[in-house]
Amino acid sequence: MLTDALARLGRSGIGAIAGIGRAHLLLVAVLGGLPALVTRPRLLLAQIYNVGVLSVLIIAVSGLFVGMVLGLQGYYVLSQFGAEESLGVMVAASLARELGPVVTALLVAGRAGSALTAEIGLMKATEQLSALEMMAVDPIRRILTPRFLGGFLAMPLLAAMFSTLGVLGGWFVGVGLLGVDDGAFWSQMQAKLDFREDVLNGVIKSLVFGVVVTWIALFQGYDATPTSAGVSRATTRSVVHAALAVLGLDFILTALMFGE
Amino acid sequence: MGKGVPGAAAAYDTPPTTARAVSPGDQPPALATPLVRIRGLHFARGSKCIFNGLDLDIRRGAVTAIMGPSGTGKTTLLKLISGQLRPQAGIVEVDGADVHRLSRRRLYALRTRMGMLFQSGALLGDLTVFDNVAFPLREHAHLPQSLLRRLVLMKLEAVGLRGAATLLPSQLSGGMARRVALARAVALDPMMVLYDEPFTGQDPISMGVLVTLVRHLNDAGSLTSIIVSHDVPETLSIADAVYVIAEGRVICHGTPAEVASAAGPRARQFLDGQPDGPVHFHYPAMPLADELLKLGDERAC
Repeated sequence: MLTDALARLGRSGIGAIAGIGRAHLLLVAVLGGLPALVTRPRLLLAQIYNVGVLSVLIIAVSGLFVGMVLGLQGYYVLSQFGAEESLGVMVAASLARELGPVVTALLVAGRAGSALTAEIGLMKATEQLSALEMMAVDPIRRILTPRFLGGFLAMPLLAAMFSTLGVLGGWFVGVGLLGVDDGAFWSQMQAKLDFREDVLNGVIKSLVFGVVVTWIALFQGYDATPTSAGVSRATTRSVVHAALAVLGLDFILTALMFGE
Repeated sequence: MGKGVPGAAAAYDTPPTTARAVSPGDQPPALATPLVRIRGLHFARGSKCIFNGLDLDIRRGAVTAIMGPSGTGKTTLLKLISGQLRPQAGIVEVDGADVHRLSRRRLYALRTRMGMLFQSGALLGDLTVFDNVAFPLREHAHLPQSLLRRLVLMKLEAVGLRGAATLLPSQLSGGMARRVALARAVALDPMMVLYDEPFTGQDPISMGVLVTLVRHLNDAGSLTSIIVSHDVPETLSIADAVYVIAEGRVICHGTPAEVASAAGPRARQFLDGQPDGPVHFHYPAMPLADELLKLGDERAC
């Protein structure tokens, strides 16, 4: 009984390590296809549209509501200390440093990442990837690389949109509904928000998240068992693994960027 | 193991052991050599042996059928021939090149001379019928747009689907999807087309169309065709040579007439569709009575 349990543990451990190895080999192959993409910009534009433009609505609405909640909660806390004029900088810093990159990555993992996994997995299950191979077309370079670069480039743009709409949401609640001074809201934000410390670090985070979320989505699809159940499991794994990776990496990046 | 595709002697129920001339005399030496030559092929998935020393030749210009019960590795054989899978041992030569020793670049170059019709059609779902057929031409031929358009329309005309050029794969019936896939498979005018179960799941009209198309395209395009199928009458009706494989080896080969009259029990069970025989109806298990009694004992406990 004990030896069976140990054997199962060993098998799952070896399976996990082998999976990590396959994921890294796939990443190398995907990156190897980047130079060829220069001559085929249409493939890239199509994927920026799929990952980026089609995610705009959910990102915009989510950003607006998150900003509104931040404005409301921030006002309740800050007003206890008579510091409600600092609401603008609080909302903007929270969004630029943390919530913009992280929530955008989670939303992209849920919408575009799951769609990428399902698409690639179904292409595998319906032999489309094998058909490409048989037509002497490398499916990694033709299908995966444009999606990878599209996700990588779309993520910071979507995060910027999320943060911008979040600030507007915070302004609407703070200034429009709760009576915070308009000039103080914007001037404190302008004075206290540091471009390198806050904005640039947020952009770096969203670039890292763009790589991780898209990589996980593509790998799960490419490595999926080519059945309906296999694709379904891969899609679930894609979202769960991407969410955990984003949250874990956010802690590490925050410690590196803002630690003493 | 002999060279060439069997043609004269009666079909037999053991691996081929003698050389057999296919097109006596009138072919130049280069054409007389088989296009596909397989020797000593061993392939296993995990502990399950699929091929155990398979020998097989595919003659140039012929329609060769590879038949056998489900699960005997027919599709696997196509994947081994096209280099999608790598065997544990043995040689697979296509037009003189050892497929599994080729670099990726050379393998891709070889594949531009092969077409494959997948069982599901495997059309790219986000492209129209026209774009699916144009896909290999756009990737490899770099033709002017006007010439590409003409070529694609001619390929679609050959399979009777020129009028469906603007449809998406999701708007096609199964038979139409396979005809589009066939047009795509021959888009680059390959030397060889591999057909994976082309007739499975087709209604009688679609099946008749596909059977005629396979033969017609082979003859009109001077192709070599390999058909993997377990649809016996349809396949025998268009094949020049037939191999029946089971349990990892060739159990019978010859012309369709020879194979149809094969005497071996395995071949007869397959060709006649008998439910039981050397290939058992029941999956290996303990006797039913023992199992039922065992279940009763467990419940009593």
